[in-house]
Amino acid sequence: MTGHDMTGSLLVQFLAQGVQMTLVLLISPLAVGVVRRVKAVLMRRQGAPLLQAYRDLVKLVRKEAIVAESASWLFRTAPYLIFALTWVAAALVPSFASGLMFNWAADVVALVALLGAARALLALAGMDVGTSFGGIGSSREMMIATLAEPAMMLIVLTLAIAAGTTRLAGVADFFIAQPFAVRVSMALSLIALLIVALAENARIPVDNPITHLELTMVHEAMVLEYSGRHLALIESASHLKLVLYFSLLVCLFAPFGMAPAAAGLAGWLVGLLAWIAKIMLCAALLGVWEVSIAKMRVFRLPDFLGIAFVFGFIAILLAFLSRGVLA
Amino acid sequence: MNGYDISHLLAGAMLVTSFALLYQDRIAAVLNAFAMQSITLALAVAWAAWSDDRPDLYITALIALALKGIVIPLALHRTVERLGIHHSVEKVVGVGVALMVGLALTGLAQALVVKVASGTASHAREQLALALAIVLLGFLMMIVRRNAVTQVVGFMSMENGLILAATGARGMPLVVEVSVAFSVLIALFVFAVFVFRIRERFDTVDIEALDRMRGDSR
Repeated sequence: MTGHDMTGSLLVQFLAQGVQMTLVLLISPLAVGVVRRVKAVLMRRQGAPLLQAYRDLVKLVRKEAIVAESASWLFRTAPYLIFALTWVAAALVPSFASGLMFNWAADVVALVALLGAARALLALAGMDVGTSFGGIGSSREMMIATLAEPAMMLIVLTLAIAAGTTRLAGVADFFIAQPFAVRVSMALSLIALLIVALAENARIPVDNPITHLELTMVHEAMVLEYSGRHLALIESASHLKLVLYFSLLVCLFAPFGMAPAAAGLAGWLVGLLAWIAKIMLCAALLGVWEVSIAKMRVFRLPDFLGIAFVFGFIAILLAFLSRGVLA
Repeated sequence: MNGYDISHLLAGAMLVTSFALLYQDRIAAVLNAFAMQSITLALAVAWAAWSDDRPDLYITALIALALKGIVIPLALHRTVERLGIHHSVEKVVGVGVALMVGLALTGLAQALVVKVASGTASHAREQLALALAIVLLGFLMMIVRRNAVTQVVGFMSMENGLILAATGARGMPLVVEVSVAFSVLIALFVFAVFVFRIRERFDTVDIEALDRMRGDSR
C-alpha cells in the first residue's frame, strides 16, 4: 500500500477488514474443535471429529427454536445482539495485519465495553424465563465478571504505560518494533490475562464447558432455555469470544509475523498464516491445560481471580517503577 | 534481552512466589513455594555474580540453594509429617484480605524506595524495592498465619528478601553473609524444637493456644 491511489487503497483496506471479519467467524468453530480434539486424544477417548462444531451449528440453525411461554422480547432479541456485539469485538482485534481500516476503533477499553454489554444481555436473558438455573448462572456470571474486569483494566493500563496507547494495533506495532525482551510487568500481565481469559470463556478451572451438572455450571446454566437458531447464535458467540481472546493474547504478547501497516499482499499472507498457526497452537495448549487440572469450587473463584488482580497490580507498579514515574 | 532484564525478572519472580506463599492454604504447598522462592533467589544471586563479575556471590548463591532451597524445605516437610498436620493452614484472615494487604505493602515498599533512594540508578532502586516488598510480605505471612511451621516459613522468606537486597547493594562482606546463613539454620533448629515443645504441651501447633495459655483468650 503506497498510498498513491487512495480509492484503491481504501477499497483494499475495506476488503482486508472484511476478510478479517469473516475469517474470525469461520475459524472459531475450528478452534473449538481443536480444543475438544486435543482433550479427547489426551484422555484416550474416541472424541468428536474436528469439524463437529460446524455440524452442531448447522444442525441447530435448521432446528425449530422453542421459546418458553414466560419469555419476553428480551429473550428473543438477546441472542442476535450478543452475537453481533461479540462478532464486532472479535473482528476488531488485529489478527494478521496491524494497519487495517477499523484499527482506530480497536481499543482495549472499547473491547472490554463490547464484551461487557454482551455479558449483561446474556445475564438478563438467563433470568428472563424465570427458571432457577438461569438465575444461578446469571448471578455467578456477574460475580466472575466483577472480579475479572478490574484485573482486565489493570492489564490494559500496564500495556498502555508500556506502549503509550490503548489501541491494540498501536501496542502490537510497538512490540514488533522493540527488540525481544522479557519484562517482569509484561510476564505478570500475561499470566493475569490468561486467568481472565479462562474466566471469561468459561473454561476449566472456572467453569466446565462440557458438563450440565447443576451445582457447577455457570455459562451453560444461563443458556439452558435456548434452542434452535438462538442457541446456534449463542454458541457461535462463545466460539468467537474464544478466538477473540486467543487473538488478543497473540496480538499483545506474540505479535511476531503480523504484517505492519505498510505491508503489501505478501506481508498479509505471511501474517495470515502466522496468525492461524498461533491460534491453533493456543487452542491445543488450552486443551492440554484443561485435561491437566480440575475445576475449582465456585467459592474459591474469588481467590483465583484475585491472583489475576494481584498480578495486574504488581505489573502496573513495576511498570511505574521502571519508568520512574513516581519519582 | 540484557542482563538487567534477567535480574529484574528473577527478582519479580521472587515477589510472585511471596504472593504464592500468602495464597497457598496447604502446608506442603507453602513449603514447595518457599523452596521455589529460595531457588529463584539462588538463580538471581548467581546471575548477579556472573553479570557483575563478583565471584564471592557464587558462594552466597550456593548457600541459598543448598540450605534454603533443599535442606530447610526437606526438614520442614519431615517436621510436618511427624507432626501429622499436612492438611490445611489456619489463618487469621482470608486469602483475599491477605493478598490485598500484601498489595498495599508492595505499593508501600515501592513508594518508600522511590523517595529514599531517588539518587541511585534505576536498576538498584527496583531491586531494592522488590527486596523490601519481599521482606514486608514475609512479615505479613508471619502475622496472618497462625500455624507455627508457616511462621517459620515467613521468617525464612523474609531472610530471602534481605539476601536479595544485599545482592543489589555492593559490598556485603562474605563473612556477614555466611554468618547470617548459619544463624538462619540455627534459627530453624530453635524453631523446630519450639514447635515440638508447643505440640507436646498443647497438642496443637496453632499458636492461638498460647494466647489462651497466657489468659487473653477471646
